[in-house]
Amino acid sequence: MSDYNQQMIEKYRGNFLKEVEANVEEGDWVKMCMQCGVCSGSCPLGPHWEHPPQEIFMMIRANKREDILSSSSMWMCTSCYNCIARCPRGLPITHIMHGLATYAKRLGLAPKEQPTAKFAQLFWDNLTKTGRVNELKLGLSLYFMNGFGEGIKTALKMKDVGLGMLKTKRMTPMEMLGGHKCKDVKGLQAMLKKAEELEEARIGKRG
Amino acid sequence: MADMKIGAYICKGCGLGERLDCDELATIAKRDGKAQVVQQHDFLCSEDGVSMIRNDIDNEGVNRVVIAACSRRAKTDAFNFDGEVCVARANLREGVIWIRPDEDEFQETTQEMAADYVRMGCAEVKYQTPPHPAEERGCHEAILVVGGGVSGMTAALEAAKAGYPVHIVEKEAQLGGAVGQMWKDIPMHSPYTDPVEPVTRRLIEEVEANERITVHLSSRLTKTSGAPGRFSADISAESGSTTTENFGAIVMASGATPYDASKLPELGYGKSPDVVDRVEMEKLAIEADGGPIKRPSDGKEVKKVTFIQCAGQRSEKEGHLPYCSGDCCLTSIKQAMYFKDRNPDIETEVLFTDLRTPGAPGEDFYRSGQDKEVTFRKGVVSEVVAGSNGPVVKFKDLILDEDVEEEADLVVLATGMVPNSGVDIELAAGPNVEGEEEEAQTDSEGNAIEIPVESVLNLTYRQGKDLPHLKYGFNDSHFICFPYETRRTGIYASGPVRRPMDTPQAIEDATGAALKAIQALENAKLGRAAHPRSGDLSYPSFRKEGCTQCKRCTVECPFGAIDEDEERYPKFNEARCRRCGTCMGACPVRVISFENYSVDTVGQQIKNCDIPDEFDEKPRFLVLACENDAYPALDMAAMQGNSYSQWARVIPVRCLGSVNTIWITDALNSGYDGVVLMGCKKGDDYQCHFVKGSEMAHYRMSKIDDTLEQLNLEKERVETYEVAITDIERAPKLINDMAETIDKIGMSPFKF
Amino acid sequence: MAKKSYSFYPGCSSQKAASASNYQVSVDAMCQELDIELNEIPDWNCCSASIGYAGGGELPRLALSARNMALSEQAHPDQDIVATCAACWLATRETQERLGEDDELLAETNQALAEAGLKLKNDKKIRHMVEVLIEDIGYEELGKHVKKPLEGLKIAGYVGCQTNRPFGIHGESFENPKYLDKMIETVGAEACNDYEKKVSCCGGALAFSEPEKSQALIKDILESAYDNGADMIVTPCPVCQMNTEVYQDQINAKYGTKFKMPVVYYSTLLSVAYGKSAKECGLDGQVIRARQLEEIAGK
Repeated sequence: MSDYNQQMIEKYRGNFLKEVEANVEEGDWVKMCMQCGVCSGSCPLGPHWEHPPQEIFMMIRANKREDILSSSSMWMCTSCYNCIARCPRGLPITHIMHGLATYAKRLGLAPKEQPTAKFAQLFWDNLTKTGRVNELKLGLSLYFMNGFGEGIKTALKMKDVGLGMLKTKRMTPMEMLGGHKCKDVKGLQAMLKKAEELEEARIGKRG
Repeated sequence: MADMKIGAYICKGCGLGERLDCDELATIAKRDGKAQVVQQHDFLCSEDGVSMIRNDIDNEGVNRVVIAACSRRAKTDAFNFDGEVCVARANLREGVIWIRPDEDEFQETTQEMAADYVRMGCAEVKYQTPPHPAEERGCHEAILVVGGGVSGMTAALEAAKAGYPVHIVEKEAQLGGAVGQMWKDIPMHSPYTDPVEPVTRRLIEEVEANERITVHLSSRLTKTSGAPGRFSADISAESGSTTTENFGAIVMASGATPYDASKLPELGYGKSPDVVDRVEMEKLAIEADGGPIKRPSDGKEVKKVTFIQCAGQRSEKEGHLPYCSGDCCLTSIKQAMYFKDRNPDIETEVLFTDLRTPGAPGEDFYRSGQDKEVTFRKGVVSEVVAGSNGPVVKFKDLILDEDVEEEADLVVLATGMVPNSGVDIELAAGPNVEGEEEEAQTDSEGNAIEIPVESVLNLTYRQGKDLPHLKYGFNDSHFICFPYETRRTGIYASGPVRRPMDTPQAIEDATGAALKAIQALENAKLGRAAHPRSGDLSYPSFRKEGCTQCKRCTVECPFGAIDEDEERYPKFNEARCRRCGTCMGACPVRVISFENYSVDTVGQQIKNCDIPDEFDEKPRFLVLACENDAYPALDMAAMQGNSYSQWARVIPVRCLGSVNTIWITDALNSGYDGVVLMGCKKGDDYQCHFVKGSEMAHYRMSKIDDTLEQLNLEKERVETYEVAITDIERAPKLINDMAETIDKIGMSPFKF
Repeated sequence: MAKKSYSFYPGCSSQKAASASNYQVSVDAMCQELDIELNEIPDWNCCSASIGYAGGGELPRLALSARNMALSEQAHPDQDIVATCAACWLATRETQERLGEDDELLAETNQALAEAGLKLKNDKKIRHMVEVLIEDIGYEELGKHVKKPLEGLKIAGYVGCQTNRPFGIHGESFENPKYLDKMIETVGAEACNDYEKKVSCCGGALAFSEPEKSQALIKDILESAYDNGADMIVTPCPVCQMNTEVYQDQINAKYGTKFKMPVVYYSTLLSVAYGKSAKECGLDGQVIRARQLEEIAGK
């Protein structure tokens, strides 16, 4: 991964905007930001962003590559789409933030202990395994993602929530044994593999 | 003039018949108003109603018509008997029934209001005579255009296309002005993405090919005199020769001069040859002509260029321009494209605090700049210093909140524009609103202050050599309601001399100014007013026997329409006059009047209102409302179902400036309990149609307290307000406030 | 009214014994009353919601939704795709939009789909159940079926994010959509018209990974409902429902509040008003019981 990072640094030497345009979902839009700050002001978790979206757009122009990619900021996105709805320039900000997060992860620069980054990967792994999300397994793996000890603590804290869900039949221990899944998991996984290949090829081509 | 015969016509439509006792109104018109003919009609503005009136005019000899119906602002086409007879409008609809609640308990006072307005209408019309065109007629059709830039050439071409001969006077040796010195200009048509050929090249060709246009290059105006329709101008060439030409109207399109960047050493100008201003940047682009742009110091191709916005502008610092020049952001975007369009790898950075891109192309052109990857960075530049390879820009990035130093090959200062608006006549003459002897302004040692600016027009007007300035040294024009109209009738400002603007705006401006110029000279031919009372035939005259030569009228006329003759009596230049009546309001001995608007036409209305004695407990107060804004606001208040006090009697005036204090004194002497004056907004951002009228009125009214004191009256009895046309709620409230005040302080002791 | 048929995408949370299984129960009851037929897309898969982005790149994510759309085209060629889950609807619509704008992307997606033996035309309308109710049924018709008006109830319509942005329900504003309020009034209850947290975010998937930050948001959403005098909250989104309902105890513990605010779905309100039993309305799935609705359903 860090090889990949090194490769990219050399490729785009000093022009992070170009790098973003080529490698980040909807990255083409970044240059159209007019720095009004409506996105930052509209974000529900705005105060928790190390660099709010407006700042990230400016940092891209100022070539602050590492600062952005290693930041936890983009992982604060709740996908509420407020920024998209309000951006006077029509930038797909939510997608750009997702794209930057994905790219950071691909480069191996995303913060190691970022809970949302971890959870997002768990979620993806969970759903690609069977084609459908197994909420129980996802929940448990989430509690235990920081190790066994932490997991027990979290699980205990979440015990009442889980019990409530169990009681109302909105969760079942039976999911542990397999639970819901797609019939054609094989086809689905083949499809995803192909999609990943195509995407990598495309990025390589664009860069 | 044949004998006066008054016809009073009372409308019963629109609910008037139901709300009012129209028979009684008819009796009042006959008995108090002395109307010889009185008719009622169910629907007066109908064809039948109008032909009834016309029949009386044609066959019964009626020559004074009182329409007791709706507001003077309604049904103006139906009740248009202009030129033949005098017409007064008693406003029974908007002024009475719509503004008063339809309840039995108010019926009596509502009827009294209506009766007063009928009396007032009859009184007004009695003192009017049908206006006749001024004898002063201009006959010159040519238009003088001062300045040969985009605005000037456009005005010239537009006027020429409309059939008028034009002379352009240009101080430089070639046409083109500021835009003529550009390599390319901001696009004027969709898609607004790329810089385009400056329009000046086409304009110059068209001007040179136009037979109606005469161009005077390297020339200046050394003397300009006259009035609309009869201007005379001395055009002096650098060579020394002078020709005198006559003109009907003048378009002032003298444009702007680039701000002197040598006042900005902190931004490196003058210290490094690689720090240039916007004009020099154009020169570099012209030299490159599509090839690589090279920096001045060593001819190296520019690989990184930084634009510094608002250089010496939007700043209160000494020597800086306080205003935004309007097109510098677009200009920097355009100039950044000079680099990007040739080589997208050249780094172009625009440092701005607020990016402003007005006009139709603005936003799209900005987006295009972003799309071409011009970097826009919000930052404040503190300093530009010399670096080892080029100028170093030190700035604070306002988004990232950090101090940055960046080296560039070339730094472009987005400097502003300074209007070529000539001499600031107010600075030259000193404040003269108080009607004092005109004095040259002097410094503490008594030496005359030198005014270094060269005059553009060299007018021979007593008010000064050039058009008045408004804010920041731009030529005054009525920027809210009537752009291009200056305080010098027949002279129209257009382009960046009147406010900052870019090419498309200047073209639009010049077209408008050309049309205004044509309107003025055509009206002058007929002896009519130019604007805003375009086509008005009345004009002020004065009774010489009564005149004390105090010069108030000459000084207070906002338009410089009044000169003095050899005997020091006022001399009216009718063609310059806008018919506002400010002179009439100013005259302490009341000798100035219009045929259909005079101290008497209003004074008699005031006198003929019925003032109940104090035991009736029915106060009366007078509202003098400007017919341009306050009166319509009251009409609209009525339309929207607002109400105001039944004790108010409203008289529209042409401008608050025409209010003569005698009206106030007379009203208070004859038992009115109060007076409310409503005029337009005054000051730098005035809305007064006649620019200074409202201001004059406020000034005069500030001195009314002495009069009130002499009369032993409370000063709250006279209130002066600025009222906008949108004050639909507020205007009635102001009237009600006066009713409350009277309630509080009691009725006037002057009732009989 | 004639029967209306749709190709239905229930989504993971609506499955049996999943977090929004009660949503599905009430939707079934509501649809039965309104003669709406929901034909489940055979072998549908997860849309990857809004959190899958970090694991899967753009194309894999698009492929997931494309697979569902292709399956729908195959099984129900003439029916619009309808989703009840905000995230399912959003992801599918986003896919449709992006593939519709970019032929290259569509071609690549089809290349991937071919691995699963599928092909996408991308010519279907992707709709939210709420759109079906408003546009195909209409408020008037929705009102006609009311047998037990929910009189005396004051309800806060919490629209949330993803049913509202970036697409939203046609004709509604992003800042103040009114459809939930109108539905509340349609079933005879009173809407909290000035509910200021109507379109605020509950934290979404970050309720799992950033519980403290999300619960601060949820607290404000609940508090505003209380301040507006609401008896309960109604929402169109499974994530909104779960986040605002199940963490109330934790929020109470942390902030010293005493929230016990039932959070139901629009389909819960409609099915109760339509006279369905508490079980049919999924009321047994409420972690915080909606007692007032249970009473009405029990009458």
